[in-house]
Amino acid sequence: MAGVAVRRARRQRAFRWTVLLLLGAFFLFPLFAMIEFSTRDVETWPLLVDWPRLTETYPDLAAGIVASLGQAALTSLLMLVLLVPTAIWVRLRLPKLRPLVEFLCLLPLTIPAIVLVVGLAPVYAWVNYFLGGSSLTLVFAYTILVLPYAYRAIDAGLSAIDVKTLAEAARSLGAGWTTVIWRVVLPNIRSAVLSAAFLTVALVLGEFTIASLLHRTNLQVAIDYLGKSSATMSVAVSLAALLLAFLLLLLLSLFGSRKEKTR
Amino acid sequence: MRTLPRAAAATLAAATVIALTSACSPPEKESEAASSSAATATSAADLGGLDSLIEAAKKEGQLNVIALPPNWANYGEIIKAFGDKYSIKVNSAQPDGSSQDEINAANQLKGQDSAPDVFDLGGSVASANTAMFAPYKTAKFEEIPANLKDANGAWVNDYGGYMSIGYDSAKVPAPTSVDDLLKPEYKGKVALNGDPTQAGAAFGGVQMVAVAKGGSAEDIKAGVDFFGQLKKAGNFLPVDPNPASIESGQTPVVFDWDYLNTAAVTKVTTWKTFVPENAVLGSYYVQAINKDAPHPAAARLWQEFLYSDEGQNLWLKGGARPVRAEAMQKAGTIDATAFAALPQVAGTPVIPTEAQSAKAKEYLAANWAKAIG
Amino acid sequence: MTTRSRLRGTALLGTVPFFAYVTIFLVIPTLVVVIGAFASDSNTFTLDNVRSLGDEYVVAAFGRSIALSASSAVIGAVLGALLAYALVTARPSGLLRRTVTAACGVLAQFGGVTLAFAFLATIGLSGFLTVWLQDNGFDLYANGVWLFELPGLTLVYTYFQIPLMVIVFLPALDGIRPQWREATESLGGTTWQYWTRVAGPLLAPAFLGSTLLLFANAFSAYATAAALVSQGSPIVPLQIRGALTSEVVLGQANLGKAMALGMVVVVAVVMTLYSLLQRRTARWLG
Repeated sequence: MAGVAVRRARRQRAFRWTVLLLLGAFFLFPLFAMIEFSTRDVETWPLLVDWPRLTETYPDLAAGIVASLGQAALTSLLMLVLLVPTAIWVRLRLPKLRPLVEFLCLLPLTIPAIVLVVGLAPVYAWVNYFLGGSSLTLVFAYTILVLPYAYRAIDAGLSAIDVKTLAEAARSLGAGWTTVIWRVVLPNIRSAVLSAAFLTVALVLGEFTIASLLHRTNLQVAIDYLGKSSATMSVAVSLAALLLAFLLLLLLSLFGSRKEKTR
Repeated sequence: MRTLPRAAAATLAAATVIALTSACSPPEKESEAASSSAATATSAADLGGLDSLIEAAKKEGQLNVIALPPNWANYGEIIKAFGDKYSIKVNSAQPDGSSQDEINAANQLKGQDSAPDVFDLGGSVASANTAMFAPYKTAKFEEIPANLKDANGAWVNDYGGYMSIGYDSAKVPAPTSVDDLLKPEYKGKVALNGDPTQAGAAFGGVQMVAVAKGGSAEDIKAGVDFFGQLKKAGNFLPVDPNPASIESGQTPVVFDWDYLNTAAVTKVTTWKTFVPENAVLGSYYVQAINKDAPHPAAARLWQEFLYSDEGQNLWLKGGARPVRAEAMQKAGTIDATAFAALPQVAGTPVIPTEAQSAKAKEYLAANWAKAIG
Repeated sequence: MTTRSRLRGTALLGTVPFFAYVTIFLVIPTLVVVIGAFASDSNTFTLDNVRSLGDEYVVAAFGRSIALSASSAVIGAVLGALLAYALVTARPSGLLRRTVTAACGVLAQFGGVTLAFAFLATIGLSGFLTVWLQDNGFDLYANGVWLFELPGLTLVYTYFQIPLMVIVFLPALDGIRPQWREATESLGGTTWQYWTRVAGPLLAPAFLGSTLLLFANAFSAYATAAALVSQGSPIVPLQIRGALTSEVVLGQANLGKAMALGMVVVVAVVMTLYSLLQRRTARWLG
């Protein structure tokens, strides 16, 4: 019996490394090709890290980067303000409404961004009217796009703690609802909130569909346009954006695993 | 109690949607610009002459242009020259956009500072949207042939060119007819500037081939079939050609307007432009002012600049045929070297009418994807 | 009763911002698409747009979209499941598994313009691999440039499909207990019997469900194809773009909405099947 187990373990190890090597090659090769491609012109990378010179040479790209960073920050903020109190409130006071909230939050999964953008056009006519045509107004659409992911993260965070007991304890000590939400529940789901924010940032930095079809700029739109005039630079920026997203989500996963350990 | 909020939300949503879909767009903002006298001026004289127009435009300080690639008909230099001459900041949005994008942007950004002031449109988009234009006659309006402008000045043709085949003579043999492109020497090398169901230039390419192959600007079956054959032979390259792809050699043969192909010489010195015999398909672009322009005076000054000798010669320098070319040739104000450098054509130019193009498009929409799919 | 409902009423107030927001930016756009699909240019009811969905080129685009989504979903599901299984056989908290799952989390989100450019740099016409092969006498595109057509799109899509499969399928594989295998063996079962009779049937709903999710994911994707393909609008999302921005064929905005509605229907059907299968999986593996 033991012989079988050892043999199987060996077989599994061989299988594991074959799969990992083959697929690893498939996934790493394009990244390697991007490095090769973007270094064909030696000027590319020094230019990319030299912000003042970059702004001058590729003003559209610089504007796109700034717009994307602003969008990412504001979308995270709006998502949290909108979702966290609602999720807590529904759990505490309106449990019967939870399926509806969940349904609405997951709805964007069945509505592709390209479809959403078709319907958003008239809504954005009003957004323009009230707020102007700045790229930052995309934040409203992006908050919808990130709802499913952010909701899942926050909902999982809330499931892991006993919200009701916590709230009742705080209430019996004389705390108001605002205090309960911001001072009692929120600190307990900090890691869930953080992971929702990370996901939001990653998603917003990669968004192209809505920005491009609503005539606004962001990083991806700028990269796409750049690809038509300077191939090497556009590949370099793509690689940089990818590495940045990698770093962000790696941080997130490290954060997630630390949370598990402490529990 | 539970049903109440849902019912309320549903009613609210339904009411809003009905309001929205019955084309209830936001009310127009009474902006300062729209009420200024420049917004209704139909000529510089209405404002008290060119100098007052310049003064008003300088006061606005900005001009929003859209969908003007810097390498298209020399727009990069034109924008810079205008900006320097009048110290007006030109904001160039979506340089790579289509004509329809220009109209979409004007609608979506209506009442905003960032809305486009002026349009440079393909003929069909322009004729579908004349209600959005503010009529304006530049000082040179009379010099423009009557068939190339709206009588009231709502729109005016600005520059045009002939459909051509550009090729890198260092990489491929010189084609002498469109049929040559089916030869194996052109395998994976022939590109069309865009998707003809979406981009005017590519549509012109299909029309031109149709004319060359015995069809007409109206009956483009021959053109669509040709690209189908090109695809089957493995010669058709489904890549959007652009200066980057021409420079890097990815697109050695390109169907495009001659002014775009001749401009590529600056990137690739061996780039040649060829207009097939008896398939001279011409087309003019259309210049118009957005009636909701946030900078109405600057928009009008831009028109004066474009139709001045200076502006026309700048287009010519980019290989485009300015609309006043004939008059300027007579007056001797044309840039003779640039004019002589335009590609030579043999045969009578065909300029498709709207009705012809409309028929062609119907066929194209139904058959293009099939032909090259 | 009245006090309770009044309490509920005030409690409901707390959710007003959320519902208002979602109504404006999600419900209304959805309804605009649905209603627009049945509206003519002069805002009267018409079935013309929906009828146009039967046009040959629209049907062909839907066909290609489905073919692309299905092939990239199946390839992604098979390879992703293999990779997930390889991870399951490793130590659960080991460095290998943690790194690969983290990488998959990133790559599953990695789509759009950057992905398109990654492949242009690799197998584009002047890409690294293309040039290298050419120098060694092999023409990657001897039979036409397939990168910008369905085969190319399928290849590019697998790049985010495989990692997504790993993420959604891993929990199901983790649910398989080693004891079940030991039990099979102590009853004299072979490895083949274990996979076909025990693990296979248990994992089948999860595998199928994950494949459906991958299908929906590929079907909805727009940016990657938009950045890569500029000719012929082979798939539905690109046809919608064409209907919205074409400067040649005008007045198609409502046809665009009809196509958008068609996409929603397809995705909704697939996602419903997915959640049914998901529920089934949850019953067996917890």
